[in-house]
Amino acid sequence: MRITCPFCGERELGEFTYLGDAKPVRPAADAGEDVVYDYVYLRDNIAGVMSENWYHGGGCRAWLKVTRNTLTHEISAVEAAAGAGARQASK
Amino acid sequence: MKYSIFSLARAALSGHKNWQRTWRDATPKDRYDVVIIGGGGHGLATAWFLASEYGIRNVAVLEKGWIGSGNAGRNTTIIRSNYGLPGNTGFYELSMKLWERMEQDLNYNAMVSQRGVINLYHSDAQRDAYARRGNTMRINGIDAELLDLAAVKKMMPFLNFDNARFPVQGGLLQRRGGTARHDAVVWGYAHAASGLGVDIIQNCEVTGFVRDTNGKVTGVETSRGRIGAGKVGMAVAGSSSRVADMAGLRLPIESHVLQAFVSEAIKPLIPGVMTFGAGHFYVSQSDKGGLVFGGDIDGYNSYAQRGNMPVMEDVCEGGMALMPMIGRVRLLRQWGGIMDMSMDGSPIIDKTPVDGLYLNAGWCYGGFKATPGSGFVFAHLLARDTPHEEAARFRLDRFRTGAMIDEKGQGAQPNLH
Repeated sequence: MRITCPFCGERELGEFTYLGDAKPVRPAADAGEDVVYDYVYLRDNIAGVMSENWYHGGGCRAWLKVTRNTLTHEISAVEAAAGAGARQASK
Repeated sequence: MKYSIFSLARAALSGHKNWQRTWRDATPKDRYDVVIIGGGGHGLATAWFLASEYGIRNVAVLEKGWIGSGNAGRNTTIIRSNYGLPGNTGFYELSMKLWERMEQDLNYNAMVSQRGVINLYHSDAQRDAYARRGNTMRINGIDAELLDLAAVKKMMPFLNFDNARFPVQGGLLQRRGGTARHDAVVWGYAHAASGLGVDIIQNCEVTGFVRDTNGKVTGVETSRGRIGAGKVGMAVAGSSSRVADMAGLRLPIESHVLQAFVSEAIKPLIPGVMTFGAGHFYVSQSDKGGLVFGGDIDGYNSYAQRGNMPVMEDVCEGGMALMPMIGRVRLLRQWGGIMDMSMDGSPIIDKTPVDGLYLNAGWCYGGFKATPGSGFVFAHLLARDTPHEEAARFRLDRFRTGAMIDEKGQGAQPNLH
């Protein structure tokens, strides 16, 4: 498995660190226990195409959003995750 | 059939052409008291204990492929009970005691070999942590010995003791730990459970749950038709989230791939099971002579049953740091199994919020050593509707209540466990 970083090009997997499913969004501070429990612990654990957060620590140190099939390891899209790096990439 | 010295002699003298099938390949009945989804070690052990300990024999084990085709056939065969946290300590020791009597109970040779498990330590802090774990074990009646450098040198003179970065200082040894033949564990439980009337139904994939008007699970839809059930138990390892999803449940689980490796056969070298405390590497030597070893999970969600190169490299580096001479040994094969990594690294054995549906999941790396214990306590839960005392902490809601069992102290992130 290789990941094509939008800043650095195609690199081997060892340069990247996985954070997990990109879908959960941190709830508001007053969201309540159930919502926080859901966000921190429960997972869709998709068998198929999944959107994930990866960190390119061995390269540009940007956060990336990777669209990957968990059944085949096939990567269909890599984009910069929201933030300063993403704005820079879209220019 | 019953195995004995006479059955062995009879089969040998007739050219090994008259062995009987060891379990019945059953066709599904309309209804069972208990249906177990998953014909791995845990599912089959559950069926065996339901029949032998709890007297419930109208039981079916449904397996989507053939029995033992999942993680039971894809692991490094290590058995041990060297755990330190309440909840784990008693449970894994229960499992260890069941390993010790398994072959007599099942009338099947599972090649249980108590050759010892040693965790090497490489720093003063790690020695203290291992000493503490060993003391916890001994307080709970489990064997543990803290070895110093001289004792390790005597036991394993082939290690690289001159490693400046990760010097071996000693190890925590559990002599009762060891290995068992993983396929024979599956076959043994199938053999014994089938003998008590349990139906083992292969090539039978569960495609949905049958629910009554109150939402209670009353059976399963399968690729071989509808099967009614008084209770349904799930023991499907890496597929827990997918099967639970059919009942509308989300679980605190991510599926990850764990690789394992076998080298070409060499002469006897490694006396027991050995783990490298400075990285993540564990190794034993099979009875055929191959080195069987593994390390970390790949660390990202996967259902692919195959791994990637960075972890393979990391595992081999761990092996080379301990035993530089294995660099000359060729790798024979490598495989990946799918683990359901729970959020605290510990298993879940509990009723689910869905009436009639019971969950046995979240074994992370550690499912194989737990096989008999898991079957025993899951059978207890299914038969009595209350958790077995040694599994009372493996609750599904422990993340909500804060009663987590984080053996490694790593936090709520599956790829850290």
